Amino acid sequence: MKYQSQKVALYYFAGALALFVAQVLFGTILGTVVVKPNFLADLVPFNILRMIHTNALIVWLLMGFFGAAYYLIPEETESELHSTGLAILQFWLFLFGAAAAVVGYLFGIHEGREFLEQPLWIKLAIVVVALMFLYNITMTVLKGRKTAITNVLLLGMWGIAVFFLFSLYNPNNLVLDKMFWWWVVHLWVEGVWELVMASILAFLLIKLTGVDREVVEKWLYVIISMTLFTGILGTGHHYYWIGTPSYWQWIGSIFSTLEVLPFFAMVVFSFYMVWKGGRDHPNKAALLWSLGCATFAFFGAGVWGFLHTLAPINYYTHGTQVTAAHGHLAFYGAYVMLNIAIMTYAFPLLLKREPYNQTLNMWGFWITSSGVAFMTFALTFAGVVQTHLQRVLGMNFMEVQDQLGLFYWLRLGAGLVTLIGVVIIVYALVVPGAAKQTSGVGYQPAE
Amino acid sequence: MSETLTKAAARNIFYGGTAFFFVVFVALTAHSVTKANAIAAANPVTPSVAAGKHIWERHACVDCHSLIGEGAYYAPELGNVWVRFGGKEDAAGAREALKAWMKGQPSGIEGRRQMPQFNLSESELDNLVDFLKWTSEIDTQNWPPKVSG
Ligand code: HEM
Ligand SMILES: [Fe+2]
Repeated sequence: MKYQSQKVALYYFAGALALFVAQVLFGTILGTVVVKPNFLADLVPFNILRMIHTNALIVWLLMGFFGAAYYLIPEETESELHSTGLAILQFWLFLFGAAAAVVGYLFGIHEGREFLEQPLWIKLAIVVVALMFLYNITMTVLKGRKTAITNVLLLGMWGIAVFFLFSLYNPNNLVLDKMFWWWVVHLWVEGVWELVMASILAFLLIKLTGVDREVVEKWLYVIISMTLFTGILGTGHHYYWIGTPSYWQWIGSIFSTLEVLPFFAMVVFSFYMVWKGGRDHPNKAALLWSLGCATFAFFGAGVWGFLHTLAPINYYTHGTQVTAAHGHLAFYGAYVMLNIAIMTYAFPLLLKREPYNQTLNMWGFWITSSGVAFMTFALTFAGVVQTHLQRVLGMNFMEVQDQLGLFYWLRLGAGLVTLIGVVIIVYALVVPGAAKQTSGVGYQPAE
Repeated sequence: MSETLTKAAARNIFYGGTAFFFVVFVALTAHSVTKANAIAAANPVTPSVAAGKHIWERHACVDCHSLIGEGAYYAPELGNVWVRFGGKEDAAGAREALKAWMKGQPSGIEGRRQMPQFNLSESELDNLVDFLKWTSEIDTQNWPPKVSG
């Protein structure tokens, strides 16, 4: 860490980790309700628990992105942040908005569209938070060194804000509602969020492998080209059955299949850079998370996305547990692991310690990843059986669910393993390692 | 490739290509909007349908059920529930059956997934049914494959 203002990232990382634990905790509660439906049923119904689970995920990932940006932008631009005060204010406003939303949900106050349940005033507060962030970051970039990494990160973050504006549009015509709902959901995770992912991974690879910036940055542009050239029209894979014209079946199938390419390229590129770079960076855990991110994103988004993206297949699997399986592994691989990667890299530097608790952190990696992977397998089997019984044989939904009990129990087990892994990760990141701590002497990373 | 493609060239390809694909996407979306509007012209979104949609949202039904395949997967698909309840053959019967269903929750049956009681008025229930009926009439390219949803 070279710039004082980078420290504001700590606020965001701490907030993100707290919400991460909450998200996974609510996930395991939901998993319990699925196998024991009377659990909590009179107190908090499933829909409220679910919106807390998904919203906590989205908010903590965004909070982590903000933190990552505040950490890496001073280093990239070689200048202090425009305003640390604004960054801290933005943090508290965001955290307050998130907390207010959750309390409201528990009292049944929400807007009731999937993932966009936040009441209008909280949506507007999020827009204000985003504007504070964009102003701060853009001003910093304008006065400093301009790199491809800052360019792409900035573009991604501006995109996140711009597409979020579509959440304010809620027409009475359900077909229109659904079309533009996907402008937030799909154009986020398969569009602008991927820019954030690629740029943060590029930053980490430069730091961890020592590969020449020119090479990394050129490939960054190549990879995000693949992302947006395919991902924008790939939105069509959500326009198959919602009242939109049938040509989307062709466009959506072809372009969303090609969306696998950038994820594959990220795997190949990351491993190749590590092999070529040959730097022996002391922070092994950060490297593990970076490579894990590329790999799991490829499987979660790429392989599990392709599994059900062709229109003739999606016709049968649409809205089954296959979708749930994919959603979990994709979010975990692409965005959860990305956040933990940058945090694992940045925490020791921000706290002026040598990389600490690495072994524990890596245990966290393996336990959490196994948990999420096993959960994905269980849900995939559940989804395949469900698809056959319900969509091919035409069995009634509730009867089919009764057939899936075993898979749901396995999923709950995997969820508990995940929860344990997450607690280990958070502990490893936050609590200083006794042996490795150096007093006062700031550890300088290999640039 | 690594020799011939420079970073600046890669950047320009990125910006140019993204702009191109975005314009194509916006054009196709605009065309699809006209189809969505045509759906509403043929089968108007009456005030009751719109009110039903808002009741659907106010109670976050989508965080248990799916609607044309989107939502949670905890409770049955409702995009075609009107058809499943026989609304095409006997509209009045389906309406009464759907309303009675919603009034009868939660079932309280041990070990069965529970739907909350939302205490909706008679007219709110009618709004909801109108919304679900309207939704079932969207041209979904014959999705879902079975009436089971
Ligand atoms: C990191 C990137 C990705 C994330 C985080 C992600 C996440 C999700 C989530 C959460 C859903 C469910 C949305 C809902 O509630 O209805 C979904 C749906 C879907 N995703 Fe992805 N996804 C990603 C990438 C991809 C890719 C690359 C593909 C294709 C190759 C893909 C194919 C699909 C399809 C076809 C659906 C619709 C499933 C259905 O019909 O029910 N996804 N995705
Ligand atoms: Fe998508």
